[in-house]
Amino acid sequence: MLNSKIPAGPLEEKWSDYKGHVRLVNPSNKRKIEIIMVGTGLAGASAAASLGELGYQVKAFCFQDSPRRAHSIAAQGGINAAKNYQNDGDSVFRLFYDTVKGGDYRSRESNVHRLAEVSANIIDQCVAQGVPFAREYGGLLSNRSFGGTQVQRTFYAAGQTGQQLLIGAYQALERQVTLGNVKMYNRHEMQELVIIDGKARGIITRNLVTGELERFFGHAVVLCTGGYGNVFYLSTNAMGCNVTAAWKAHKKGAYFANPCFTQIHPTCIPVSGDYQSKLTLMSESLRNDGRIWVPKEKNDNRKPKDIPEADRDYYLERRYPAFGNLVPRDVASRAAKERCDAGYGVGTSKQAVYLDYADAIERYGRIECSKKGIENPTAEQINAHGRDVVKEKYGNLFDMYEKITGENPYEVPMRIYPAVHYTMGGLWVDYELMTTIQGLYCLGEANFSDHGANRLGASALMQGLADGYFVIPYTIGSYLADDIRTKAIPTDHPAFAEAEKSVADRLQQLKNIKGNQPVESFHKRLGKIMWDKCGMARNEQGLQEAILEIQALKKEFWSDLKIPGDIKEMNPELDKACRVADFIELGELMCIDALNRRESCGGHFREEMQTEEGEAKRDDANFSFVSAWEYEGENKWELHKEELVFDVAKPSQRSYK
Amino acid sequence: MDHYIMNLTLKVWRQKNNQSKGNFETYEVQGISSEMSFLEMMDVLNDRLIREGKDPIAFDHDCREGICGMCSMYINGRPHGPWHANTVCQLHMRAYHEGDVIVVEPWRAKAFPVVKDLIVDRSAFDRIIQAGGYISVNTGNAVDANSIPIEKDHADASFAAAACIGCGACVAACKNSSAMLFVSAKVSHLALLPQGAPERKSRVLNMIAQMDKEGFGSCTNTQACESVCPKEISMANIARLNSEFIGAGLSADK
Repeated sequence: MLNSKIPAGPLEEKWSDYKGHVRLVNPSNKRKIEIIMVGTGLAGASAAASLGELGYQVKAFCFQDSPRRAHSIAAQGGINAAKNYQNDGDSVFRLFYDTVKGGDYRSRESNVHRLAEVSANIIDQCVAQGVPFAREYGGLLSNRSFGGTQVQRTFYAAGQTGQQLLIGAYQALERQVTLGNVKMYNRHEMQELVIIDGKARGIITRNLVTGELERFFGHAVVLCTGGYGNVFYLSTNAMGCNVTAAWKAHKKGAYFANPCFTQIHPTCIPVSGDYQSKLTLMSESLRNDGRIWVPKEKNDNRKPKDIPEADRDYYLERRYPAFGNLVPRDVASRAAKERCDAGYGVGTSKQAVYLDYADAIERYGRIECSKKGIENPTAEQINAHGRDVVKEKYGNLFDMYEKITGENPYEVPMRIYPAVHYTMGGLWVDYELMTTIQGLYCLGEANFSDHGANRLGASALMQGLADGYFVIPYTIGSYLADDIRTKAIPTDHPAFAEAEKSVADRLQQLKNIKGNQPVESFHKRLGKIMWDKCGMARNEQGLQEAILEIQALKKEFWSDLKIPGDIKEMNPELDKACRVADFIELGELMCIDALNRRESCGGHFREEMQTEEGEAKRDDANFSFVSAWEYEGENKWELHKEELVFDVAKPSQRSYK
Repeated sequence: MDHYIMNLTLKVWRQKNNQSKGNFETYEVQGISSEMSFLEMMDVLNDRLIREGKDPIAFDHDCREGICGMCSMYINGRPHGPWHANTVCQLHMRAYHEGDVIVVEPWRAKAFPVVKDLIVDRSAFDRIIQAGGYISVNTGNAVDANSIPIEKDHADASFAAAACIGCGACVAACKNSSAMLFVSAKVSHLALLPQGAPERKSRVLNMIAQMDKEGFGSCTNTQACESVCPKEISMANIARLNSEFIGAGLSADK
């Protein structure tokens, strides 16, 4: 039976009540307790720093050459917080409500409310650390809007918000390294979880420089290893993002929740060729000012500038007048796909729509000219001033677009298309962020907890930092308070030896295949199956086919893989092979989950279940639950359900019209 | 954009590990599309090497969107290649034409030892940050974010310095292998904010001491660092670093 350990009492009092009663570990005992932190992105770095500050002995691991590289760094647009600095009606309740509704009523109310409560503290903490958020001329913080909301609650640092927040957390982490509370292990990748007497007690890592396997003990293990979007091969994730740590934990008993809930981001630079290795996001913040359109006629091959207003279809504004271009991501993505599938796409591939800044440049240009007292400004003056404003707000994004496509987005509308971006699913955790394995926690994108079936923009940074700075420092004490008498377990314990041997055997097995195909070719094929059959739209037949195709691919992988080099040396191909082997298994589970969920909700769109207008049709009577999958052996999982209870945010048909 | 296909010659630095001696290897690569990124061209070459039973070229890379700072190639004598304000992952092959010869080396600096092929060890940068590149504020201690207004120009200048991605191109470009641009970016980022004021003096002294200890060279104002910085970190930060350093040295009690 899944016990989510949601505290009793009214929703808005649960967290403060919990904090008031949670057991504590006294400072002298904290010094004797060791915590393993796997992953050092926003969640991991903030948690490692905060736990180190409390006096715990933390060992932190990342596969990159420095914790500052974690993919949180690539988040562009911003971070939400219920500060209501804009006096536009925001509140903790409204952030909570928007998030539950945006997630299409598939998230846990208590977790989301806690997230909204601590959101304001995050901004305070980051500013105190020196995160240079955008400011107004009066010296106070600036905000902008993101999708799925009607208030301005997003804090930002140009298009580099994730970078600035991560650097803040990274610096806090490095400070704890100096103080001796955190020991940092770069270029180390977790390969196995060590369980002793039913409790997570350590990990086996592979040193990516020497190839050596190493053993580490911890009283508790915390996974902050991000999402699994790279299962699709092409995604906005970094090349190294992987599911391995979470997957090893899953195979050792941690349930995997809602694996099929993936977010397809509506505004990415379209695919240009077969050699493509990744996709690049154009921040959702661009939808604040940009307008999305396609030609009204099919196969209209005129240049965008030559297509007059009357011949353009601003389809989001047409279909969703209340939210317009700022509908949530799942809605915007499906609408783009719908137009392209219907034959209205633009560009050579016809798999793209326009994101146009001409109106914004003109609007801002007029405001600037008026500010500067220019009467009857010329079109050139308006354009020049408008460009300056747009450059200040989004300059780095426009530069990036130009570098990739060779086109100037100040002159020509950007071409965009949806791409895999984020995974709402992840390891199942209870209210305390503990998985179904005692002493194993999971934070940030790697867990499933806060975003339901669709995450709202600027909420990933919020969740990562909420979990790391303000949740785990409290909840981990509840478990460790019982563990103060446990002495550090020596890593020559048989459980460590056994875990290390299983990793060594697996590496040898991979190396021994000696087949003909590089890892990359398997990864690409897996990605294509997932995108075609478990992507933006899914149906029963496609999913059933996908499961068989993935099983066949797995057989081929384990019989025809070719890995150059040796195990005991730096070997990026071997690193990749370990990750892709896990992605293949995860892909199967995602399809099983998607097949099982016979409803459409958020990013999970089952073609059989849609309204007459083509919107996602939820089935609350039968599917108002979290799917938590227990691993039972090769190709075998058992489904456990956590029923979702909505006491406050009563489910209704999501409408952004 | 019209795209085209080209054939190129690559001369790439190969080095098995930190102990062994390296050398250049020459590779002919065919059928490269002008729409590929430079790293995708490397992927194509590596795919071929693996299929031929050879060791692929190891290089650092991760986000491939110019923000993580992991990629690091010294291309035809310039860190990150020919484009201005760019990382190598964002360099696209339309920068090259049929028959071009491209020389690819790792970052070269004593403080950045080669790990393998084009991969170097930049942990010296982490240790410089550990020496003082932070504001000492524990989680939970913060006051309301709007309680201290910050002049927009200062906030913007702080942000411009904080945009550093820690890639190390500045060190690679410098004939002295100086890390002054990197250090100055962090010192400026924090010195320009009121939150950074209490540790302003100790920070700059400690970070400079660590920088020297790591074996980075001195700054002789050639401005090579600024010209290759993917995030356009300004030399003005080095001037600020010097003034912070002198000021701290004259007045610090420690």
